[in-house]
Amino acid sequence: MSSRVTGISLKKLKKYKMLYLMLIPGVVYLLINNYAPMFGIIIAFKDVNFAKGIMNSDWVGLKNFEYLFKTEDAYIITRNTILYNLVFIALNLVVAVALAVLLYELKNRFLPRLYQSIILLPYLMSSVIIGYLVYSLLSMETGLINNTILPLLGRGGVMWYNDPKYWPYILTLVKIWSTAGYLSIVYFAAVVGIDHEYYEAATLDGASKLQRIFKITIPLITPVIIIMTLLQIGRIFYSDFGLFYQVPLDSGVLMPTTNVIDTYVYRALLKNGDIGMSSAAGVYQSIVGFIIILISNYVVKKINPDNSLF
Amino acid sequence: MIARKTEQWVINIVFIAISFLCLIPFILLVASSVSSEDSIIQNGYTLFPTEFSLESYSYLFKEPAMLIRAYGISIFITVIGTVTSLIVMTLLAYPISRRDMPLRNAISFFIFFTMLFNGGLVPTYLMYTNVFQIKNTLFALLIPGLLVSAFFVILIRTFFTMNIPNEVIESAYMDGASEFKIFARIVLPLSTPVLGAVGLFQLINYWNDWFNGLIYITDSKLYSIQVLLNTILLNAQYLASNTHFVEDMTSADDIPNHGLKMAIAAIGVIPILVTYPFFQKYFARGLTVGAVKG
Repeated sequence: MSSRVTGISLKKLKKYKMLYLMLIPGVVYLLINNYAPMFGIIIAFKDVNFAKGIMNSDWVGLKNFEYLFKTEDAYIITRNTILYNLVFIALNLVVAVALAVLLYELKNRFLPRLYQSIILLPYLMSSVIIGYLVYSLLSMETGLINNTILPLLGRGGVMWYNDPKYWPYILTLVKIWSTAGYLSIVYFAAVVGIDHEYYEAATLDGASKLQRIFKITIPLITPVIIIMTLLQIGRIFYSDFGLFYQVPLDSGVLMPTTNVIDTYVYRALLKNGDIGMSSAAGVYQSIVGFIIILISNYVVKKINPDNSLF
Repeated sequence: MIARKTEQWVINIVFIAISFLCLIPFILLVASSVSSEDSIIQNGYTLFPTEFSLESYSYLFKEPAMLIRAYGISIFITVIGTVTSLIVMTLLAYPISRRDMPLRNAISFFIFFTMLFNGGLVPTYLMYTNVFQIKNTLFALLIPGLLVSAFFVILIRTFFTMNIPNEVIESAYMDGASEFKIFARIVLPLSTPVLGAVGLFQLINYWNDWFNGLIYITDSKLYSIQVLLNTILLNAQYLASNTHFVEDMTSADDIPNHGLKMAIAAIGVIPILVTYPFFQKYFARGLTVGAVKG
């Protein structure tokens, strides 16, 4: 009897051993790529000296953070990161929901699919390619806008790449261009999922098209809207590095309106070799970003526990 | 009835305008790449070539080694990266999809936590360059940040849990199949939709990646197509100072710089534009697979 029990548990052990072995490559990768750097945040509290090695470098407490927050940069990059994200989230939401609703109103089998695949295309492009596309429009010598569009309107060329004041608009347009299509597909899937009977009942009651959109479609996709939006708000302290680095062509002149935390950390580390400043800014981002994710998840959970991340 | 028809027309016109806005930059890029340098200097980049010319391309293909190499590296890392990534991620997702797996929740949390918190660029960069010495190696293009994404692992796990009945696994096990055999012969073949979607995303992520190249690669022999494009765009002198181009030219002024930029970008983007119609269906479907459970 007892040998039989042992036999089963040995068999079980063997059974799970295989499953544990399967985990190894992925777990090792995450330990290296994700967990080891988490402990690396101690770098921000050190005065890194490569001769001594990182582990043996002197502790400096919060000195690096003091230096960082004394600079004007700390304020600028925080402001830029948050404001851009807020504008992106709000405009993307409006444009994407409008596109989804309009797509659904089309009574043709073939056209909605065609439009969907066209508006999704920009989402596939790397930021390098987007940088080239924007350059072909805005190049000061040869761009389409300065050479064709502005002359048609009877206006002279604009030095787009020399003046920071244009960039909040340019970056916002580029962001909407590249991501609203993707979001509209997600919302469209939600709209398609709405039970048709609601619309039939509303039509019988004499509801107009606009009433149907605002009283049925939008309220019924609101859960999806809230989740998608809160997921983006959770990432409000992070930016699309390529958009802010590549599209303004890494220009120093444009930094007042194009520098965000991610580009600041990159430049401080790889262009200036300033490990103290860059690691302090990185830790600032990791910790505040973590808190914001926890808060936004808490809010999702309050609204609808099924949709929370954890 | 007439009102409905007008309404359909209005919506169609809105979408045609939006489609045009999405496509204009691509048209501009390709049209400019086949324009003569003189016409570009005179009229700027245009949506229709004022003077058709393939001079930019003929300059590029005069000494094609640089481009072929970059293409080769992009294809290599995209194929190897996507395949390795799918293998590692499915192997990680399967055990935690099994309800009977001990420590299942702890392991899931271990994976999930990486989506909430990270150490940031500085420790990651210092670790990869100082401890693992991957600067200027192909590993730099394959491994950091890209190989395993917790989001995809959870997506695959959810698919396994929802679509593979426990009874199927149980009965295969009763028939004496090993765990690995069950995974390879039963679970994977039933999971092609999610594997296809994740595979497609990883394919695009590897093909489009330039960030790893930007921070870990300084040797131009290891430039992928995106890194090469990035260098050319941000460093106006790169083409002129690249020996391949100057060798058989009387002076650097003869290089059709404006057209060349567009031709190189076109070569980077055309493969995607050409294959897109074939995979767009799976791409759109994949996006909504992922969106169901964020």
